[in-house]
Amino acid sequence: MMLKIDNLHATVAEKPILNGVSLAVPAGEVHAIMGPNGSGKSTLAYVLAGRPGYEVSEGSVRFEARDLLAMEPHERAAAGLFLGFQYPVEIPGVSMLQFLRESLNAQRRARGEDELSGAEFIRLAREQATALGMDVEMLKRSVNVGFSGGEKKRSEMVQMGIMGPRFAVLDETDSGLDIDALRTVGAGINRIMRAPDKAVLLITHYQRLLDYVKPDKVHVLSRGKIVRSGGPELAHELELEGYAEAAA
Amino acid sequence: MSAPFPTRKQEQWRYADLEALQPIWEQLAEPESIAVLPGQSVEQVWVPGTDEVQVRRVQLVLGEGAKARIFALNTAAHYGRIELGVTLADDADFELFGANIGGGSSNLEIVTNVRHDGQRGRSRQTVRSVLGGKAVGTYLGKVEVARDAQKTDAEQSVKALLLDRGAMANCKPELEIFADDVKCAHGASVGELDADQLFYAMSRALDPATARALLLEGFVMGLWDDAPAGEPIRDLARAALRAIA
Repeated sequence: MMLKIDNLHATVAEKPILNGVSLAVPAGEVHAIMGPNGSGKSTLAYVLAGRPGYEVSEGSVRFEARDLLAMEPHERAAAGLFLGFQYPVEIPGVSMLQFLRESLNAQRRARGEDELSGAEFIRLAREQATALGMDVEMLKRSVNVGFSGGEKKRSEMVQMGIMGPRFAVLDETDSGLDIDALRTVGAGINRIMRAPDKAVLLITHYQRLLDYVKPDKVHVLSRGKIVRSGGPELAHELELEGYAEAAA
Repeated sequence: MSAPFPTRKQEQWRYADLEALQPIWEQLAEPESIAVLPGQSVEQVWVPGTDEVQVRRVQLVLGEGAKARIFALNTAAHYGRIELGVTLADDADFELFGANIGGGSSNLEIVTNVRHDGQRGRSRQTVRSVLGGKAVGTYLGKVEVARDAQKTDAEQSVKALLLDRGAMANCKPELEIFADDVKCAHGASVGELDADQLFYAMSRALDPATARALLLEGFVMGLWDDAPAGEPIRDLARAALRAIA
């Protein structure tokens, strides 16, 4: 099992948000997590990435053979975990290229691989930006500064393409995207992450991204627990019935 | 004839390390003088040396339509002071891009007095401080606008980041305006590194120290984008940031 979450409880500012999430994602699969606002979807994403302030009070998470919760955020990233942010953060004064190059080389060093040369990195960045329909010139700008909502989400996917993670947690990557961008981003996720040795946890509110990235399993999160799991058809049911029915 | 030794009762010496200053005062009592002739322009990059105590006092006189741009970095390990008096004649233009970067118990200050004597003068002062340990960083900047200096356009932007609880920043833009048709803007802020930015960088595999150093570079390095032959000042700033991140 690539990612195995067992009975995960977590609190934010001492308020319980996750109340016993259990979930297993094998390599080669895409799992979607759907659920209403406030059900704990983003909290789950942040707990997996190790955001400070998100306290695990019970349960465990194993990423392959490793205890994920014992690792620092940067160690999780170096081990191959990628979080696509719902609200990507702006960093004025630091260019996208510098940010990505330092990040990628930090990962490669941690894995005992050689750093990429400047030219190799630029080639990779250009390739990924082009594949996701992002103007390469934007990579010269400060990280996410002045990017529209949709550009920020594309930028997250360009980052994912450059980092080449083995497990991606994508937190509402579809929000803020128009229909063309949705198609491009969906194709990007498939291209980067659809592989026998990779897996994705796709957090979304709506069915529409799942038209482009077909999930192997769909889980419904409600009040901090997974209340239903099923195949891709479950997403369609939810679209028709709404979450209240599904959680009942 | 040397000027009397300063006291802390004088505003511009209020945060100074007078003990560190005492042994070198004789050489410093008269500020270095730079005159820029009408229509001429000067650009200088002031990189720090390696002494524990480094004090620079400069008096800059800008003639009609003269321009001066100063790029400065203040990183002395014990006490660093950059003191700059400027006078601007008609249509003169002055820009300062400076930073205090220090940790440990260093005391770093940038003290300016910019006097607009002529009309349509323009001054821009941008100062950033990054302070760790128990370091103290100070910017005292006075802008004086004389009665006849109409259409003066003066700006001061001062920001400081504190990395540790014991660090301290003093930011004091000060205006004394006697003309009635002028633009004088100033802004000052003191804060700490943004937790969201740090987590974002760490989620991309940067260890905490590298992530902090990168964010600090973003905060400071833009100061010297236009510095002529700016590599040395940028390299020294980067090294100073890495040392305290």
